[in-house]
Amino acid sequence: MTHRTTDAPGAAITWHHLDADDHDHGGGATVLGFWIYLMSDALIFASLFAMFGVVSTSYAGGPVPRQIFDLPLVALNTALLLASSITFGQAMPHMEAGRIGPTRLWLAVTGVLGAAFVGVELYEFSHLIAEGAGPQRSAFLSAFFTLVGTHGAHVTVGLIWVVTMLVQIGQHGLTGEIRRRVVCLSMFWHFLDIIWIGVFNFVYLYGVIR
Amino acid sequence: MSTRPVHLAPEDHGTAHGHGSRRGYRIGVALAILLTVIPFWLVMSGALPDMAVTAAIIFALALVQIVVHVVSFLHLDTQSEGGWTLLAFLFTAVIVVLTIGGSVWVMYHLNTNMMLMPDSAPSTMR
Repeated sequence: MTHRTTDAPGAAITWHHLDADDHDHGGGATVLGFWIYLMSDALIFASLFAMFGVVSTSYAGGPVPRQIFDLPLVALNTALLLASSITFGQAMPHMEAGRIGPTRLWLAVTGVLGAAFVGVELYEFSHLIAEGAGPQRSAFLSAFFTLVGTHGAHVTVGLIWVVTMLVQIGQHGLTGEIRRRVVCLSMFWHFLDIIWIGVFNFVYLYGVIR
Repeated sequence: MSTRPVHLAPEDHGTAHGHGSRRGYRIGVALAILLTVIPFWLVMSGALPDMAVTAAIIFALALVQIVVHVVSFLHLDTQSEGGWTLLAFLFTAVIVVLTIGGSVWVMYHLNTNMMLMPDSAPSTMR
């Protein structure tokens, strides 16, 4: 436990780890605390997945997944989110090396891909609602909109965070505080991609073949 | 990822772990793409005639992909934060499995058994 400098008196929050650490949990209480937050967020999604699992065949005479899920569109969305996770991974070594320009560039690319993901999802939702497959139609669709919508809301918050970091890097450069925030944002972003693995497999793909 | 000594001692930050980490990251990216493409291909092409087998395969691949992402993107290992991130993750995994598995299991049987009563009102789950 010697590495936990926050335990030592007088060494309250030192982010010097982050300078040489690569893009992950650079030590200190914030990153561990953020990890605990992500785990609790995973529990929120677990309850939403459980709810969806319970009512996933409760169609109330309404449309079934095979009729309403557009798999090529889901594949596009999955590719966009996975690509955004990878481009975020590209930004981190540049941040560690203190290269502001490439860091902001890759962050911006991540943000554009994330925005495209949210855009496609909103298109899908509006399309479903327009053809009478809105959240009021059946328990299955209520659970679907709640689960996928909650994920989409998280991604939207992530987008706001990305824009915030782009501005703050421009204002302050890559200081220790900024790096810590970007590290937390990267964990948040990768976490949302992991939740999406559950969504595209258990909701979309399994829904279509069951 | 075990080549990264960063959390053992802050002054130990060498250059060696950076290379190993980037390599682990690239392997993770390749696996993530592969594990995404295979389930979509299986379902969209209907390559396997048996849907139950297809479902079992995509479920298994999803679990593998989650582990790949957690290890290579979130960098979960036994060293980070003195093992607390791993402990928190394992605890969360147990709760997630109990919540999802337990809910689906219990409600499936409840639903099935309630269906046998023709006099009662339709199940509220429908």
